[in-house]
Amino acid sequence: MTLQALLSGQGLMFLFFAVAAIASGILVVILQNPLRAALSLVINLFSVAGLYLSLNAYFLATVQVIVYAGAIMVLFLFVIMLLNMGQANLNTSYRGVRTIIAFSSAIGFGGLMSAVALKGQPNVMLPADAMVTGSSAGSVEGIGKVLYNPNLPWLFAFEWTSFLLLVAVIGAVVLAGKRQQPSEDKA
Amino acid sequence: MTDLLNSPVWRDLFVNSADQIPWYAEFVRSLLRFVIALAGGLGSVPILVWLERRLLGFWQGRLGPNRVGPFGLLQPLADALKLMMKEDITPTNVDKTLYYLAPAIALVPVICSLTVLPWNSSSDWGAVAPHLNVGILFLLAVASIEVYGVILAGWSSNNKYSLLGGLRASSQVISYELGMGLSIIAVLLMTGTLAMQELVHSQTIVTNVPIPDSNYSVWTQSVSAGFWNWNIFKLFPFGLVAAVVYMISMIAETNRAPFDLPEAETELVAGFHTEYTSFKFAMFFMGEYANMMIVSAICVTLFLGGYTAPWGILGQLPASWTFFPSSVLNFVNHVVIAPAWLFIKLYTLISFFILVRASQPRLRYDMLMHFGWKVLLPTALANVVLVATSMALQQLFGAVGHFIAVGIAGCLATIVLWVAYLHWKARKSGDEASRLPIRRESVVRAIAARMPVED
Amino acid sequence: MLSSYIPVLVMVAGATIVALALIGLSALLGPRRPSASKDSAYECGVTPIGSARERFPVKFYLTAMLFIVFDIETIFLYPWAVNYKASGGLMFFNLVEMLVFVAILLVGYIYVWKRGGLEWG
Repeated sequence: MTLQALLSGQGLMFLFFAVAAIASGILVVILQNPLRAALSLVINLFSVAGLYLSLNAYFLATVQVIVYAGAIMVLFLFVIMLLNMGQANLNTSYRGVRTIIAFSSAIGFGGLMSAVALKGQPNVMLPADAMVTGSSAGSVEGIGKVLYNPNLPWLFAFEWTSFLLLVAVIGAVVLAGKRQQPSEDKA
Repeated sequence: MTDLLNSPVWRDLFVNSADQIPWYAEFVRSLLRFVIALAGGLGSVPILVWLERRLLGFWQGRLGPNRVGPFGLLQPLADALKLMMKEDITPTNVDKTLYYLAPAIALVPVICSLTVLPWNSSSDWGAVAPHLNVGILFLLAVASIEVYGVILAGWSSNNKYSLLGGLRASSQVISYELGMGLSIIAVLLMTGTLAMQELVHSQTIVTNVPIPDSNYSVWTQSVSAGFWNWNIFKLFPFGLVAAVVYMISMIAETNRAPFDLPEAETELVAGFHTEYTSFKFAMFFMGEYANMMIVSAICVTLFLGGYTAPWGILGQLPASWTFFPSSVLNFVNHVVIAPAWLFIKLYTLISFFILVRASQPRLRYDMLMHFGWKVLLPTALANVVLVATSMALQQLFGAVGHFIAVGIAGCLATIVLWVAYLHWKARKSGDEASRLPIRRESVVRAIAARMPVED
Repeated sequence: MLSSYIPVLVMVAGATIVALALIGLSALLGPRRPSASKDSAYECGVTPIGSARERFPVKFYLTAMLFIVFDIETIFLYPWAVNYKASGGLMFFNLVEMLVFVAILLVGYIYVWKRGGLEWG
């Protein structure tokens, strides 16, 4: 991205949300209280939604808020409250292992970033037949036209998504329903 | 007037946004529309509170507030003033940051959901964000983060009632969000648009009225074609089912009676805001009432024709009144009559919900969750499928297609109701068969256990 | 198109300012006379016992998980529903593809119901 592109309204918006995303991401890692870390993650998710918005991906931005901030983070908060981790002190245990993991992931991330920076712009392109021209590509209508089109490969992926969700449903019930066994109640 | 319009800054503010306008003009316009929306949204909360208390009084055979001001109209303002002057108690052991932030987190999404709500058909001044292409999805996104205020208030208060109330509220809100989303999808199928303004237009006849003596503005005049074009009556009975599902989930979303389990005072004192006093309590209160107004307004927009009149003539001044300049006619039509119809429909709907509160007993929590997951969700999903089926069949067979879809719906409903009846009957007889001997046995045992003591 | 989101930014900023101003107002106005018993958690007059942040039933957790799945299903319906009316000759195909999607998830729904995942009693 050139400097000129960054100084447009869109670019400034991108910069703002990028800084917000990085700052809140760092807060997620360094905050001691798990609930506050989770709330920083919420801010991070909103910033990512803002990034999507600045890239004209309107549908993705809304879905980011609805699914991640509205559904998944509620589950996270429930888990934190369920496990009663209000003041959990994680720092004292596994210090050595944690240090090793932290250093190795930092080195890996740094390597990845420098590789991207050295190589220049990554040349990621969608297949030409998947592109919908115009600024409406990221709108809800645009996504719908591509996703449910019988001539494009995404339809198959979409139908398989329902299997993925089915697995998620079954997994959730098996995990949560271990001790209840409703069949015994009826007997 | 023309001179004023021609001066550059003002021109930027009033030109039709079909042309490109500079960002600062859009910014100033947004601020103005924000103030209008805030005045309409938060400003009518006191009226709503007054209306609810008076109507409840009427239906319960008492007077309701009638001392402060004419008909007690100033009572809510007096209440607000009193709350402001009360001591702001911060209990010990609360998580202070979250405890202070929770009311704000509860209030902000409520105000933000005013963003896409249209109050007249002007393309520039009809809503805070009139050109938002995600439209109704924005509302759903905002609605999905309203849970946070409740969860955080419940958790940070360090009170068992608050925590339970917060948990109940959040589970209830997310459960009923599904029914709400699916009923909105039924509307999207019928209208084929996400934009709120177009959702209203799809229930009316739209004409573009250019304003004479001005190069800048074209009013979009949305003339009502009659109330039978409202979405609630479209594809009968599917539109009606979608509307009913929306209304039920809307009452549950706003935690109102008979779904007010999170604040059930017989069990949980006041639920998630037990520990809140003074104006922080008032913020929760205000947020709840504003939210009630907004979801009702969305209901009016989606199903009841929005700001348009139920009959074309009632929605505008007669065009034959040529002694007024047409810009004045337009102004009155857009700024007075259209919002007036929105408010009339809104308050009629809200009065109905107050009647529901006055007449229905509170549900049990298990009943509430069963209803949401086992009745509302399948009904809403089946309704979406049936709307789509009806439209596809209509494309194939013409108007007959709709009757085929209704027939399928009827068969489905009969089967489901029959199976439910059989289950209910089996469970009832099973209960009686299994319970009675146990009860007798336990009575005998209890008597036997007591006998030695008597000896 | 992005300029149509300026009002949203104004709205979010404005709403935040209003909410924070109201909180500040409540902190400024009103008397402050704290006392130990006034500041203790309200439990109907009884002295609070133990921490209030107790564990709670796994049902709430399951509800949140199921909500995620069905919420994602609803999300997939939006782009489909918006284009449905104008899909012309593809309408019947679109109906069938969504029927397959919904039917697969219906299996999951029935499974949850049978396993008692929706029971609260």
